[in-house]
Amino acid sequence: MLRAAIEAGADSVYCGLRDETNARNFPGLNFDRTELIEAVRWAHERGAKVLVAINTFARAGQTDLWKRSVDTAVDAAADAIIAADLGVLAYARDTHPRARLHLSVQAAANSPDAIRFYAEAYGVKRVVLPRVLSAPEIAALIKETPVEIEAFVFGGLCVMTEGRCALSSYATGRSPNLSGVCSPPEAVTFDRSPEALTTRLGGLAIDRLGPDDSAGYPTLCKGRFDAFGQIDYLFEEPVSLNAMGLLAALRTAGVRAVKVEGRQRGKAYVARVAAAFRAAIDALDRGEDTTRFERQLTDLAEGGRETAGAYRKIWR
Amino acid sequence: MSDMPIELSLGPLLFNWPAPRVEAFYARIAETDLIDRIYLGEVVCGKRAPLLADVLAQAADRLAAAGKTIVWSSMSLPTNPRERRAGRDLGAQADLVEINDISALADRAQDAPFVAGPLLNVYNESAARELMARGCVRLCANVELPLTSIASLARACPTLELEVFAFGRLPLALSGRCHHARAHGRHRDSCQYVCDQDPDGMAVRTLDGQEFLAVNGVQTLSHGVQIVDLQPAVLREAGVRALRLSPHSCDMVAVAAAFRRFADGDTDAAALRAAVRETRPPGALISGYLHGGAGLQAADG
Repeated sequence: MLRAAIEAGADSVYCGLRDETNARNFPGLNFDRTELIEAVRWAHERGAKVLVAINTFARAGQTDLWKRSVDTAVDAAADAIIAADLGVLAYARDTHPRARLHLSVQAAANSPDAIRFYAEAYGVKRVVLPRVLSAPEIAALIKETPVEIEAFVFGGLCVMTEGRCALSSYATGRSPNLSGVCSPPEAVTFDRSPEALTTRLGGLAIDRLGPDDSAGYPTLCKGRFDAFGQIDYLFEEPVSLNAMGLLAALRTAGVRAVKVEGRQRGKAYVARVAAAFRAAIDALDRGEDTTRFERQLTDLAEGGRETAGAYRKIWR
Repeated sequence: MSDMPIELSLGPLLFNWPAPRVEAFYARIAETDLIDRIYLGEVVCGKRAPLLADVLAQAADRLAAAGKTIVWSSMSLPTNPRERRAGRDLGAQADLVEINDISALADRAQDAPFVAGPLLNVYNESAARELMARGCVRLCANVELPLTSIASLARACPTLELEVFAFGRLPLALSGRCHHARAHGRHRDSCQYVCDQDPDGMAVRTLDGQEFLAVNGVQTLSHGVQIVDLQPAVLREAGVRALRLSPHSCDMVAVAAAFRRFADGDTDAAALRAAVRETRPPGALISGYLHGGAGLQAADG
C-alpha cells in the first residue's frame, strides 16, 4: 500500500503502528517495528517521506504504549509524528526534541488560536485541518497561521469535527478517541429480507436499503434516522469527500499538503487516487486547468456519491 | 479528604431557551443552597450568544450575590471571528474560567487558573499534567471515560479537582454543520434559530423507532440521560470531588435535591434513580460509559 502510493506519485505516506495508538486500528493495516524501519528506508531511497500517526488519546494509567510508539517512530527515522493527545505531544517534545511533529486532525484545531497554542507549546510544524472549514475560511486561517497546513481532499468524510465525536462509542463502546476505530466492524450486522437490507451498528437500525441501492460502510453520521417527523439522512448522505474541484482554490489559499485517506483501501484504489492528484497538482504547477481531473475518481466514491463537504460553505 | 462532602455543580445551559425562561431558571437556582457552583455561558453556538448576553450577566450577578461560585464557560468550537474573539476575551480573564476548546489557552496567562471542561480531550494523566502546568485546577472528565480511567487520572494528579458529568444528556459530537437547521430544510447561516423549538434537543430515533440521539444545533447529544449513581464511597475512592448536573427542562432543583441526598449517603442508588425519574427527564437513564461499555447502556433498575 505504502509502496503503491509512492510509486503513483505521493510525496509522503502516513501510516500507523499495529495497535491502538493510531486512529485506523483495523485488522490487516499498519506496521510493526521491523516493517516500519524497512518502509522508511524504502521510501527514503525514493525521495519520499513516511509520517507515523500516533494520534489516538492514550489510555489513563497505560500511557507507556503511546510513548513507546513515539520512540519506535523516531528510531525508524520517520519524517514526522502525527499526534493529537497533549500527553503524546509533550512526551515527543521532551524526549525527542528534534522529532518533527504534525498535529493530527483528531486534535480538532480549527482556528488560528488553537494552532498557535500547539505551535508555541509543542513546536508542531504542520496542522491537519478538521473537515469543518470552508475554502475561504482556510485561506483566512492560513494568513494568520505560522505553520504548514494540510487538508483532506479525498476519501471518508467526517461530518462531525474529528476528535470531537463520541457517536461510535455511545452505540458500541469503541470510538476513534478511545480505541482508534469508528463503527468497529464487530458491531456491524446486516439483516437481509427479500425487500430490504437493514444495516445495524451495535444492534441499532441505521439504514435500510432497497435491492438497487448501493451501500457504503455503515457509520452513524451517514445513517438514516427518524427526526422532526421525517425519516432521512439526518447528518449526511452516504457520500465521500472529493475536493479535486477545489484543488486550485486550496493551493491559492496556501494549503501546503493535501491528504488522501487510503489506509482502509486497496492498493489499486490508493494508486489510482494518488496518481490522479499527482497529475492534477503537476498540471496546476504548469499553470494548466484541472477540470479534466474532476470526474476521474467519481466511480470510487462511497455509495457512488461524493461531496466537497464543508469546503463549500453551503454544506452547513 | 475522604469525608469531604461531594459538591454539586450546574453545567452551562446547552440549549436555546428564550431569555425569560433562562432568567427564571437561574433565579430559582440562586434561591437553592443545593448547588455550590454554576457554569454560565453559551458553549454550543455563537449565533445564540448575543441573545442571552444580558440575561446571563444578570444571572451571574444574582447568583454571585447569593454566594454561588460563578465560572464562565468558553465556546466548544469557536470558528468565526466573533466566536474567536469571545473565546480569546474569556481566555484572557484572570478569573477562574472553564475552557471547552484549546484555543482559549492561546492567550491565557500561564498561571491563571482554569477548569478543563468535558469537551476537551483529556483522556490521561499526561494530558492532565500538561494542562495543570498551565493553570488547570479542575477537570470535568470527558464523558467517554470509564471510572477506572478517572481513578487512574486522579491517582496520578492528586491535586487536580475532579468533576464528573453526572446528570443530563451527554454531549457526544460537534459539527461545522447545523443538523437542527438541516432537519428543517435550512442552512446554518439562515437557521432562524429553529433550535429554540426543542428545549432539551430534538429527539432522534433509529429506523426501528428506538430513541437514540438528540440534536441541539451543531451539537449532537445522547437521547438517554446520564446518571452517575455510584455510591459516594466509590466516587470518593476514584477521586471524584464534584458531580455536574447539566440543565434540562425538568425540575433541576428536584434533581439537585435527589443528588444531594444520595451524595450525603441519605438514600441509595435506586432511590436516586426513582427521584430523578419523577422529574420526567427527557430520556431513559443511562450510565454505560462509566462502566467501560457503550454509552447508551441503561443504568441499573
